[in-house]
Amino acid sequence: MMSKQVSYWTEFYKGLYDQNPIFRQVLGMCPTLAVTVSGPNGLAMGLATSFVLLFSGIVISSLKNLIPKQVRIAAYIVVIATFVTIVDIVMKAKFPEMSKDLGPFIPLIVVNCLILGRAEGFSSKNNITRSVLDGLGMGVGFTIGLTILGGIREILGSRTIFGLQVLPDAFEPWVIMILPAGAFLTLGLLFGLLNFVELKKKTKKIKEDQQRALAEIKKLTESSEEDLAVKEG
Amino acid sequence: MSETVTTTPEVKKPELKLTSSPHLHSTWSTQKAMWIVVISILPALISGVLFFGLYQLIVVFVSIAGAVLTEYAIKYFRNQRITITDGSAVITGLLLGLIVPPNFSLVLVFLGSVVSIAIGKEVFGGLGYNIFNPALVGRAFLQAAFPVAMTTWSKPEFAPDAITSATPLSAWKFVDGGEPFFTATENLFYGNIGGSIGETSALAILLGGALLFVLKIANWRVPAAMVVGMLVFGGIFHLLNPENYPTPVDQIFMGGFLFGAIFMATDWVSSPVTNKGMYIYGLGIALIIVMIRLFGGLPEGVMYAILLMNGFVPLINRYTRPVIFGEEK
Repeated sequence: MMSKQVSYWTEFYKGLYDQNPIFRQVLGMCPTLAVTVSGPNGLAMGLATSFVLLFSGIVISSLKNLIPKQVRIAAYIVVIATFVTIVDIVMKAKFPEMSKDLGPFIPLIVVNCLILGRAEGFSSKNNITRSVLDGLGMGVGFTIGLTILGGIREILGSRTIFGLQVLPDAFEPWVIMILPAGAFLTLGLLFGLLNFVELKKKTKKIKEDQQRALAEIKKLTESSEEDLAVKEG
Repeated sequence: MSETVTTTPEVKKPELKLTSSPHLHSTWSTQKAMWIVVISILPALISGVLFFGLYQLIVVFVSIAGAVLTEYAIKYFRNQRITITDGSAVITGLLLGLIVPPNFSLVLVFLGSVVSIAIGKEVFGGLGYNIFNPALVGRAFLQAAFPVAMTTWSKPEFAPDAITSATPLSAWKFVDGGEPFFTATENLFYGNIGGSIGETSALAILLGGALLFVLKIANWRVPAAMVVGMLVFGGIFHLLNPENYPTPVDQIFMGGFLFGAIFMATDWVSSPVTNKGMYIYGLGIALIIVMIRLFGGLPEGVMYAILLMNGFVPLINRYTRPVIFGEEK
């Protein structure tokens, strides 16, 4: 079906960095900005989303030939909503505290564009194995992103990391970090940092390519000069 | 014929310089203008030291150091020309140092000036590209991050015994049950009142402002529009209910209005470029200030008013664009 099949490992791995849902695709910004007040919140949100991502991927990928093209988005939403309901009910029963913290953002996973995006863009065009790997990769990437964001905001905003105090009392907590503005600031700076690193990598590669090309040219001219010398000689 | 040797006087070859336009250069440079702005801010700094003590000099110095070091570090890491000598970072640091409360924590003011330069200016690309006034971005950050520290006002030197005092605005707005308290206009003018380090003395600010307007570094239209706006909008509410709302003249001398009008709103980069736009900008700032002061939850609104109108500047520029010569209106 696909013109170029990539390896299974790449299918999983791409979600971690190259196509990271938060930092590369910039998908699912609503939970990213709203619930990452602390590390645990980010982790819980990430895991809940990963679960939905994985199972909706499996179902949609196996039903892809049965769903008529015209109503596919509605069908995807029904599948996704089913799994979100499961997550919501399980969390309410097993982790009532966390469920209260995350509030309406668990039900809102239904409209998370990351899940719909992967369903439409990937699962509906690939087989189950690839969908599972893709869902896992994207889920892990999303969870890592949310946890980093939540961790940074937690350290600066309340001096703790996963509830453990890491900064001394003398450090004045930055209230802004647990406000929405802090999420925008942190996310923006992380984007900037990643782009900066990528840019550095790219310029380094270009420089290396240039040097290789220069060396080749030098070699060629030398050999042609030798040829000339031989002819004239 | 051969005897008449014509001794041609040595004709100096005309120096032909081939350059592209512009061919006329102003003697003004960004650098020169920036240092004059620094001088114009000095009276406000002196008034702050006079009213709140020598410690304020250290606060301002730390703020300037933070701004300049951040600018240097960012330019260095991005391999760009180091531009700290143009004075713009010094101004940002100086302004931020003057709009924090007296006896403010040195660590926090340093953090604020780092945020000013890094997030307020360099993220957008450096001098000339920032949408918002960098010093105000730093202050907004501090206000959101450390709300308690940012609203602890030390009393001025010549005030009755007390360690902290309310600013005239909060004394008027958040009185403990009863009549709103109006500070005497005289005190508001000379600056013997609670408030941020450099903003209390209207006299000192106007002195510095006069220099800027005489040398035409700051455009008078923005502050003028702000004052007119305050007189009109503030005046309406004062006339409606003189017992509750202070007179517009008092309001001009209160809080950061004059400091913001002269040193912040006239920022070249973040204010409109057309004359008509400047009037709209100034009036808008005044309207938002009146709304926040009289009806908002905060005592003072100059910072948010200027930041909000900064956001409107591209729109204002677009709609007040002059008609191109020859173009039908």
